[in-house]
Amino acid sequence: MSESENMTDEAIIEAVNTWIDENWNPELSLQEWREILVDGGWATPHWPGQFYGRDFTLAQSSVVSRVFSERDVVPVAQGGPGRLAAETILAMGNDDQKSRYLRPILTGEASWCQLFSEPGSGSDLAGLSTKAELKDGRWIVNGQKVWNTSAHHADYGILVARTDFDLPKHQGISFFLIDMRQPGVEVRPLKQMNGHASFNEVFMTDAEVAVEDLVGGEGNGWQVAKTTLSYERRLGGVGRANPKAEKTPGRTHEEYREEVRIANEPYTWYPQRQGRVDLVLPRARETGAIKDPVARQEIAKLLSMTKGANLSLQAAEAQRKSGSNELVPAGSIGKLSASVIARQAAHVHTLISGADAMRSGPESAEDGMVAEVLISVPAISIAGGTDEIQRNIISERVLGMPTETRMDTGPFRDIKRND
Amino acid sequence: MAFTEDQNQFREMVARFLQEKSQPTATRKLIETDTGYDPAVWQQMCGEVGLAGTHIPEAYGGFGFGPIELGIAAEEMGRYLYTGPFFASAVMAAYALRHLADGESKEELLPGIASGETIATLALDNLDSPERVGQQIGVSDNKLNGTAALVVDGGNATCLVVIASNESGLGLYALEPETEGVSIDAVDGLDPTRRLSRITFANASARQIGNVSTEGLATTWDYLCAALAHEMVGGAQHLLDSTIEYTKMRYQFGRPIGSFQGLKHRCADLLMEVEWAKAATHHAARCLAAGEGEDYLPSMVKAMASDTYMRAAKEAIQMRGGIGFTWEEDTQLWFKRAKSSEVFLGTPSYHRERMMTLIDNEEAAA
Repeated sequence: MSESENMTDEAIIEAVNTWIDENWNPELSLQEWREILVDGGWATPHWPGQFYGRDFTLAQSSVVSRVFSERDVVPVAQGGPGRLAAETILAMGNDDQKSRYLRPILTGEASWCQLFSEPGSGSDLAGLSTKAELKDGRWIVNGQKVWNTSAHHADYGILVARTDFDLPKHQGISFFLIDMRQPGVEVRPLKQMNGHASFNEVFMTDAEVAVEDLVGGEGNGWQVAKTTLSYERRLGGVGRANPKAEKTPGRTHEEYREEVRIANEPYTWYPQRQGRVDLVLPRARETGAIKDPVARQEIAKLLSMTKGANLSLQAAEAQRKSGSNELVPAGSIGKLSASVIARQAAHVHTLISGADAMRSGPESAEDGMVAEVLISVPAISIAGGTDEIQRNIISERVLGMPTETRMDTGPFRDIKRND
Repeated sequence: MAFTEDQNQFREMVARFLQEKSQPTATRKLIETDTGYDPAVWQQMCGEVGLAGTHIPEAYGGFGFGPIELGIAAEEMGRYLYTGPFFASAVMAAYALRHLADGESKEELLPGIASGETIATLALDNLDSPERVGQQIGVSDNKLNGTAALVVDGGNATCLVVIASNESGLGLYALEPETEGVSIDAVDGLDPTRRLSRITFANASARQIGNVSTEGLATTWDYLCAALAHEMVGGAQHLLDSTIEYTKMRYQFGRPIGSFQGLKHRCADLLMEVEWAKAATHHAARCLAAGEGEDYLPSMVKAMASDTYMRAAKEAIQMRGGIGFTWEEDTQLWFKRAKSSEVFLGTPSYHRERMMTLIDNEEAAA
């Protein structure tokens, strides 16, 4: 371990290049290539040597990724939910689970989804009521999940379900790995207000989970789920891979591009939900709205907010690097900033377009992108923790303001909840 | 991106000094006096601590730092609501001299400003925008005529620096306040911590110390705005901090009012806005110091800091409820400073328009 920690960036770059020279062949099938990559220890170099890695630090690992990108070599499977499942299993699973599940995730052979949110528990994730009961040596699961990206083509899911309704809500939860290809699991696409269907609803009716697929022990599900959520926050844009060369020939590249296309499908509208600030000045010039004094004021506000938010993130990052103990609230402030900026951007796009904002589709502004902004922006204030949840986190953890009086203590069974 | 260790130490030193010398109890006494400042504190601040010379070149008796360090000092002064002629003399007059005066006049005037022995002010006949400066004061044969309706610390100044129209455009002039034909009258101010005077010139003799180009005046204005933005974000930070503390100790309905989401969420929004304005303001100072970055940054941060300071001031009063509106509560002092800063050197709307004009120009040049 100490040996890898001491590797300089130059040494890493040289080692990766040598390995690529010896092993990379763009005519292999994607599956064949990934087997070589995983066995070579370059798929997830920050993982332990025992499980496909090299005990690299995340910084060293990013040097490896950079070389792969520069050499235009196909990397490890990038699918978002799969990465979250893999990191969670690696951190909290047992060796049996690690040896059965990790490798197919890295090769891209198996795809995964996340079964956390429920119609009755959104912001209050720990208030979930999907039930798992142990019967005849199997866990039997009943309940409904929602907002499950990629569930329609997933082989497996990471699932949180309640195994004890008599304990306080955080204590009665367990974490499972569930086979999605079984009769008790039904997946239905969930169409959003912007017309895309990036997510699914998952209905579980007497679905089965083997006892060996309980992760972290019964009743420890909340701790395991927190691990997943911390990776989700850290990885942020995970799953949105960007193959460098669109047209690089070779079988591996072709199959990889298809894999990425499928993985990215749910996310095509994500830039629009952030408001497309990049389109504002060009559109204002094109339409002449740049001469309108009211539009100018609102554009200037938008550009100021965007700049202020970016600079405060950079300042927080610099402070973190300098080892300052001062609490830097970058995460939640960054997310709330993105919401506020997206709303202002939608407002500005509306001012610029005027009645043209009634249109949508290919003939409307920017090939429909502006229309998509206008009907997608509400999502950014909800997905991944609502603005209100971010404000709670900021006020309580950063500003140290007192918490709300809780109404959800005591046995879960007695807590008022949605039917 | 981050401040250096030296800069952090400098900030701590300034904060320690102001914490001791600029408590609200002291400010309340000062605002009842004619001059509105404490000469002993002023001397100590300029002499021992050396703040007035922070950004003045060593050749002219200063310490030779730049907008970043001046910004640090201004930010702490905003936080502690320092009341005295620092902004008029060390910021306004000193920057006008640095950017617009000839070498000889800099040598003559800047060392006194740096040491605090001279209290100078910049008499502008318009505080709304640089484009409108010079319409109310004219000069011929080195005799000034006209009125500067709002001059910061005009009554405290021992040296007047004036921008006036002459035959060839705008010029920079200097004169002593005792000069014949100069009359200085106190003007009632909404913000008792920023002293205002009206200065009238009636054939007052002045010496020309420089020419003022449009660009030179715009640049000077930029430096003033950047310094003022620091003062404002410091004030906004104080209001945020003190309001959070208040919501933790004030009980209603059997619980601290800070436990209500109706307040918590607004505090979170305010923190976010303060963080944006602070980061942008610090960035603007770094860009001025390095001579890089977008030329609209000073206007951008003046607008942002103004809006943020006012929002913080309104929330600070509102979250305190009745007590917040009393004379006895100190928040009112910051509220008034926020209001006078908001409109001083250009309103937020003016600066956003100026920012857009600079973006237009950049596009046209490209």
